[in-house]
Amino acid sequence: MPFKIIASQCTSCSACEPECPNVAIAEKGGTFMIDPKKCTECIGHFDEPQCVAVCPVDNTCVLDTSLARYQARG
Amino acid sequence: MHRGSSSDAIEDGEITQSIAEHKGCGKSSRSGGVRCGSPAGRSDLPAETWEKVKKHPCYSEHAHHHYARMHVAVAPACNIQCNYCNRKYDCANESRPGVVSERLTPEQAARKVMAVASTIPQMTVLGIAGPGDPLANPEKTFKTFELVHKVAPDLKLCLSTNGLALPDHIDTIAKLNVEHVTITINMINPEIGAKIYPWIFYNHKRYTGVQAAKILTDRQLQGLEMLTRRGILCKINSVMIPEINDQHLVEVSKAVKSRGAFLHNIMPLISSPNYGTVFGLKGQRSPTALELKALQDSCEGELHMMRHCRQCRADAIGLLGEDRSAEFTTEKLATIDIKYDVESRNAYQAKVENDRAAKAAAKHADLVELAVSLGDTKVLVAVATKGSALINEHFGHAKEFQVYELSSGGAKFIGHRRVDLYCQGGYAEEGKLETIIRAINDCHAVFIAKIGGCPRAELIKAGVEPVDQYAYEPIDKSTIAWFKTYLDRVTNGAIKHVERGDAAIRQGALISAA
Ligand code: SF4
Ligand code: SF4
Ligand code: SF4
Repeated sequence: MPFKIIASQCTSCSACEPECPNVAIAEKGGTFMIDPKKCTECIGHFDEPQCVAVCPVDNTCVLDTSLARYQARG
Repeated sequence: MHRGSSSDAIEDGEITQSIAEHKGCGKSSRSGGVRCGSPAGRSDLPAETWEKVKKHPCYSEHAHHHYARMHVAVAPACNIQCNYCNRKYDCANESRPGVVSERLTPEQAARKVMAVASTIPQMTVLGIAGPGDPLANPEKTFKTFELVHKVAPDLKLCLSTNGLALPDHIDTIAKLNVEHVTITINMINPEIGAKIYPWIFYNHKRYTGVQAAKILTDRQLQGLEMLTRRGILCKINSVMIPEINDQHLVEVSKAVKSRGAFLHNIMPLISSPNYGTVFGLKGQRSPTALELKALQDSCEGELHMMRHCRQCRADAIGLLGEDRSAEFTTEKLATIDIKYDVESRNAYQAKVENDRAAKAAAKHADLVELAVSLGDTKVLVAVATKGSALINEHFGHAKEFQVYELSSGGAKFIGHRRVDLYCQGGYAEEGKLETIIRAINDCHAVFIAKIGGCPRAELIKAGVEPVDQYAYEPIDKSTIAWFKTYLDRVTNGAIKHVERGDAAIRQGALISAA
């Protein structure tokens, strides 16, 4: 289930971008976004989701619970 | 290289210090050099080291009157969190504007460096200091250095880091000819570290508490050792946080000295609730001027102390304390005609060096004469200056005061006090005067080029003597001449010598600078 970035909290510091093992994070016009199709929650790569672990603003990289996939699992 | 209690080994000329130590020119210096005989000389630093510091405004107190540096903000990401930093706005202490500064790509940065170096021939240092950690952004940081070195090989390259990633990049730093590295080290005791750093991101994991601080201090000290072994000059920045690491910084000073650090810069915590930092919100106080000076004095025996740090922005440009970054925004850069010419830059700098040597020689002769026994009394005085080591600023225009300690050793620079309070805008002149007096309340006198009647009366009432008869004269000579008359007046009973109180360190927002 993918993570998403809460844009209003993101400082655009870019710390998350290079840490993502799936190159799921990209900047568009100064804001950072996660491509839900590429995000794997870092499973198989690392113990912790990298974007969450490196982001300086708590609760800015969060699970995207609005997605149908997540709700189906839930 | 170690010079006991004297801090200003890196100040060229070093007149006041050398007189303080030698009480005249009779004795040779401890290192065997002829420091008194070569007033414009390189002090007792090894020639190689002197070459590296003499044009670096941060590494040499004296060089900062003559040479400028610029920072480029290419590195926004960070790999640790500090309680004195709110990445959402700014890092008030490390002066790393986050979202407020223009972030540049390495290519844009290189172009900007060329434009600035073409405009400011005394710009000698390019630093990368964030706004995040430059080594959390190694590609951008090193790419920038590479590009700059290609087009402007005469510029010194300078890097600031929190040290966490440092050991992994030593080879690259050496290969790219980075001569100066600053590491921010606030503790060597992880228990203390846990109070300063909520977490670090290391090896793909977030660590917290004592474990995080332990990793951080190990990596910082390891990186420092690796750098100094390769002859790279290291400056240590520490943020003084009362009741958390203030006493501990003496230990830090010893630890970094034993690992070869060259210079220690202890900066006051800047803490205010409106920065939204953990410390700010918690009401963690900042040190007072007296506390800061006492700590700096007690670390002085360990290694050279830097006291002229302005806690600059990560995109600052120009002489320290004179930010010209607004002249070089991306918009304006487009209109600047780049004529980078190493030769004319060198010629300009050679002239600066000549003037510098001549001035130092003259100053030396003057001071030898003045530094007759003035007893043990020491007083602090504030000076309004626009630079060139002259008393040349009006009281009402001063944005900062330089503070000197006067003693039989001469006039020793011990720091500056900013008075351009961010929140000052709406206040009346009265309130402004009060904040100025608070900022220099530990001083016996304030030297200005000119002063109005009202502030003069208020200063006298507060016990700070306004002195304007040395307008446009050299600071060191004038303050000592005044000090003599002061002591005379004490001796003949005209005035009584009283100790002054403490002073407040300005809590204005650094982000207001631009
Ligand atoms: S959770 Fe992992 S895979 Fe998903 S965006 Fe964050 S870093 Fe990339
Ligand atoms: S690390 Fe957090 S604040 Fe920084 S760009 Fe990524 S989401 Fe935004
Ligand atoms: S912050 Fe201090 S060390 Fe850094 S450039 Fe400014 S004066 Fe120099």
